[in-house]
Parts: sequence; structure tokens; C-alpha cells
Amino acid sequence: MSDHDYRPKSKVGQWFNDRLPLLTLANHLTDYPTPKNLNYWWTFGGILTFCLITQIITGLTLAMHYIAHADMAFESVEHIMRDVNYGWLIRYIHANGASMFFLAVYIHIFRSLFYGSYKAPREIIWIIGIIIYLLMMAAAFMGYVLPWGQMSFWGATVITNLFSAIPFVGEGIVTWLWGGYSVDNPTLTRFFTLHYLIPFLILGLVVLHIWALHVPGNNNPVGIDIKKPSKDTVPFHPYIVIKDGFALLMFMIVFAFFVFYSPNILGHADNYIEANPMVTPAHIVPEWYLLPFYAILRSVPDKLLGVVAMLSAILILAVLPWLDTSKIRSAVFRPLYKQFYWILVADVLILGYVGAMPAEGLYLLIARVATAYYFLHFLVILPVLGFKEKTLPVPLSITEPVLGGSPNLATARKKESKIE
Amino acid sequence: MKKFLKIFSVLLLICSSNTFSFAAEKVDYLKTDWSFKGLFGKFDRASLQRGYQVYTEVCASCHSMKYLSYRNLAEKGGPEFPEDQAKAIAASFEVMDGPNADGEMFARPGKLSDKFVMPYDNVKAAQAANGGAYPPDMSVLVKARGGGVDYVYSLLQGYEEAPSGMILDDGVHYNKYMYGNKIRMAAPLSDGLVEYGDGTAATVEQMSKDVTTFLMWAAEPHLEARHQMGFKAIIYLIILTILVYFSMKKIWSRVESEV
Repeated sequence: MSDHDYRPKSKVGQWFNDRLPLLTLANHLTDYPTPKNLNYWWTFGGILTFCLITQIITGLTLAMHYIAHADMAFESVEHIMRDVNYGWLIRYIHANGASMFFLAVYIHIFRSLFYGSYKAPREIIWIIGIIIYLLMMAAAFMGYVLPWGQMSFWGATVITNLFSAIPFVGEGIVTWLWGGYSVDNPTLTRFFTLHYLIPFLILGLVVLHIWALHVPGNNNPVGIDIKKPSKDTVPFHPYIVIKDGFALLMFMIVFAFFVFYSPNILGHADNYIEANPMVTPAHIVPEWYLLPFYAILRSVPDKLLGVVAMLSAILILAVLPWLDTSKIRSAVFRPLYKQFYWILVADVLILGYVGAMPAEGLYLLIARVATAYYFLHFLVILPVLGFKEKTLPVPLSITEPVLGGSPNLATARKKESKIE
Repeated sequence: MKKFLKIFSVLLLICSSNTFSFAAEKVDYLKTDWSFKGLFGKFDRASLQRGYQVYTEVCASCHSMKYLSYRNLAEKGGPEFPEDQAKAIAASFEVMDGPNADGEMFARPGKLSDKFVMPYDNVKAAQAANGGAYPPDMSVLVKARGGGVDYVYSLLQGYEEAPSGMILDDGVHYNKYMYGNKIRMAAPLSDGLVEYGDGTAATVEQMSKDVTTFLMWAAEPHLEARHQMGFKAIIYLIILTILVYFSMKKIWSRVESEV
């Protein structure tokens, strides 16, 4: 922190701050120099913090009324929906909040991919982010099991069974995970415990994520290193606070539409049928945010290799800073990468779509092609592109873009003439 | 800002259209005008009361509704029977209670606080009485079926002669909206099966609509409160967003940058 020379004005403040420099921290957070050209794709960090806090608060409230028992879980959820004061509101916020959380995290990740935010010196921020994303998927999956509906039960059965693909010890691991010989009460209680624990792990990692961010400072749409503080930056408060607040409110409007007007559209109808080990649903599908990975899993004919492919699809992101060989961060100055970026976005959306469809015929073929392309993008296209691509000239600073380099040349010129 | 909004809305559209397309399988269900749909959707009180009558006189002989209590019938946002009437309805059912001071179980008339009495003691008894098929509990039935209210509404009117060449086992019926077209439940409704107190003609269509409305309320008893609160919340958020937008413009006018 560059601002450790800060001293509180009041005597009490000084006394306290000498013993625990919380006021220095607060001062650092408010003065934190932020690039002034951040666009709205950068507001999703704040939105995600809001999502996490919302999930924790609503989750704590639900846990006061929920009963983690195979015979009572489904009924206790109905009790929350019917008899707990505003229980329906809290549960619908929590259930849709998970979807909104993933919507925001996908935008956050794809923003990072577009502007090269994962590149040096921000690799640690990126890797912590991937760990948070993995934990989010674990938390969401276990949360979906808790209402103990048909999709809860069979989703849990399918996903935990993936571990049986591990050679030699697989079956033993599955029994150990279940706490028995099938998904049953012990599975439910441990999932509840872990579902309660993980958000706090995420919270701790979010602190590290932000800490790691505050060392090099934010990347920006131009993707160049900037001097901080300088005329290229603004203090976090009030500039970024109000902008993040505005974006958050727009996000909350979308959120509210789901909660109040179509609270069940993102869930599966079968989850309103109480879990029944004797009846298997016609199609077992995970929640929408896991569908791309589900498609990758099913596109490989071998069970073990399918699991490996699915895990690799996520873990490959962790080594992305070293797979991308280009020195230029922002896709704005990488005309070829920009095209491949949008192809990747389309590829992931296609994977999500076929993940929801039965794994047969044309759908299976599409899933296989899309899976192959996904890995091709990270393992071949990105490393090669860094050497082959002819990039555009990059400006020296945010306020002084070089000729032909700035995406907003006209506005930049206008601004400059205004300053003169 | 404009570019951001454009891309964001396109992405959102793609995501939501995906969800819609697999949330409901592509079947042309019968349509009717549900009063509870839309921003201000509310239940039709008379229809709920008629729907309860159909449920209790027809469905309830096989289908339980174990998460509802008799008090719900008098609560706001539901059929809103007067409390006396709800009490009378509850008292018309016999509830097993106990054990009493002598350790005996005993039957007593139902109270408002009792849950809806179930037609069978347990799942096995229900299956035994229905040729092996379990009549599903109706508390959240419309939320537990892909097509929701439209599906249930259509199913009740979807009984037809089986197409030639289709062999139906004993006790299995043809229904063009049922998944796989085979259903254990015989056509439950026929014209004039119940006699409505308010003089409404009890056609199959009318009864289907009333009982489906009732089932929707049973599954979502706080739907009206949700719609009302949602409208207020969203209006509040929109106004606040506009205010924050102008504050943001004002604050950012101090620096040479777009926002």
C-alpha cells in the first residue's frame, strides 16, 4: 500500500490506528486509484460481492427453518414457503440468487478473457478467482440437493457417481462420499454442512482476491500499465462506488423480475416432486450454469476420460496466463484474438444448449465438435496466436492514445481539445 | 454504456430463451385466460372456491394435499372462505388424534389448525386401492409438472379414444397430453359432476379451469403478495436507479471521462 503515511485526524483515531490500522485500510480502500476508463463490464466484481452477501444472509435465515433430514427436508422447504413469514421471498431470493451469481461470474470471467486481465502481473488474482469459481460450483450443486426433490436426489447420484470412474479406489470413494451405499440421509446432512461452510471459504478467498487486485491495481479496457495515482486514475470513492452502485441497481431489477415474476423458471419442475429412490426421472439435467461442463462430460464415450475432460475444461483456465503467449492484454488491439474470443463465447453457449438436450444423434455430434473446439482454443489457438498475430499499436496512456490506436479516437480527440 | 447494454441484453436473451425452450417441452396445451398471470395477476376468488369444491368432491377421494391446512382456506390471497365456513369445512372431516390420558387414539372433528385429511393412510394403501399407481399429492402438483397450469388444465380435458393400433392394459386410459399418452387415472370429470352453489354451469372445461386455479393457489399460496410486492420493489428500484444515474453523471462531470 502506497498510502501508509496516512494519519487519522482525531487523537482517538490515532491511538486506535497505531494499535490496529483499520483506518489506514479504510483510507486505502476509499483512495484506491482506479483507472478512469473502466467500462460497465468492470462493475461485476461489486455485483458479485453483493451476490455473495445476499446468498449468505438469505442462506442463514433459511437454515434457521430448514431441517436436514431425508424424511423432513422436502416438507421443511414447503413449511418455509407457506408458513414462515416471508419465507417464500427468502427462498426465492436464495434459489434465484444462485443463478444470478453465476450469470454475474460468467460475465466477470469473460470480461477478464476479453481484456486479458489474467496476464502478468495479475496471475494470482486470476487463479484465486478460478478457485472461487470451483467452490461456487460445489456450493451450488450441494445447495440444489438440499430441498430433496427428484432432481436433487438424482443429480447428487449422478455427480457423486462420477468419482467411481477413478481406477481402483473409485467405488470406495463414492461409498465414503455417500456415507453409505446410496445417496441417503448421511449424504444430505454432510452436503448441508459443506453447503454452509463453503460460502465462508469463498468469502475469505474474495478478501485475498481483492487484496491481490490492490497490489498491481485494476486492468483497464486499453490493457496498458498506468501510473497510479495519475490523471489516468480516479479515487475509488466516490467515482467507482457510485458507478458500481448504479450497475448493481440495474442488476437488481433483473434479479427482482426473476424473484417476483418467474421464480421457478430457472429450476426444474421435477424438483417439486419429493425424492424417490425407486423412480428415476426421464432426463436428469443439472442447473443451467453447469450445462456446458455436463455437455463436455457426456461428449466423451469413456466414463473416466469424460470426467477428466470435464475437470480439465475448468482447470485449463488456471494455466491460462501461461497458455496465452501474447504480450498485449486487451482484445481491442488484437484483431484476430477478438474474433476467436467471440467464437469461444458462442462455443460455450452451444455447449450449454446441447448439455440440456438428450445426448444422442445430432446433439451428441455438436457436443463433440464444441468440446474439441473448446480445448483447441486454449491449447492451440491461444499459444500460436501470440506469435503470429499482428497487433494494433497500443496507446501510451489512457488520456493520450496514439493515432489509430484508440477505440474511441474521436471522443479522445474531442476531450484533448477540450483540455487545451 | 450503450454497447454494454446491447451485448448484455443479447446475452440475457440467449440464456433465457434457452431456459424457456427446455423448461416446457414443445406440446400445444389448451390455453385459457388465467387471472393470476402477469404483473398484477390475482386469483379469481369465486373460481378458487369452486375449485376447492371440485377438489374436495372429486380429486380428494384419491389425491392428498398434505401441506395445506384448513386455516389456509380462510387466509388472505386464497379462496378466502369466511372463517365460520372454513371452520365448518374443517369440522366435516374426522381427524385421528391422541393418545389421550388413557393412552388411546381417538377421532375428533377437524380444526382450522389441522392439515388436510389424507384419503389413504399411507402410500402402500393408496397404491393398493389404485391398481398399483400412486395418485400424487396435489400440494405442489402444478409446479412439479413441466407445462404447469396449462398442462394440468389440458390433461383434465385430454381423454380420448385411443388411436387404433394402441393396446391399453386393463385400467390404463388414453390421454393425449399425458407423457407417453398412457394414464392410470380414469377421466375424473364429466359435465354436471358437481353442482356449483353460485349457479355456474359445471362443464368439464369450467371445472378444469376452477380446479387448476385452486391447485395453483395450493402450490403458491403467497402468489398475490408476491406480485404486489414485486411491482412495488421494481418501481422503487427503477426510481432509485434513475436518481443514482444522475448523481453519477454529476460526480463524473468533475473528471474528463465518459461514464
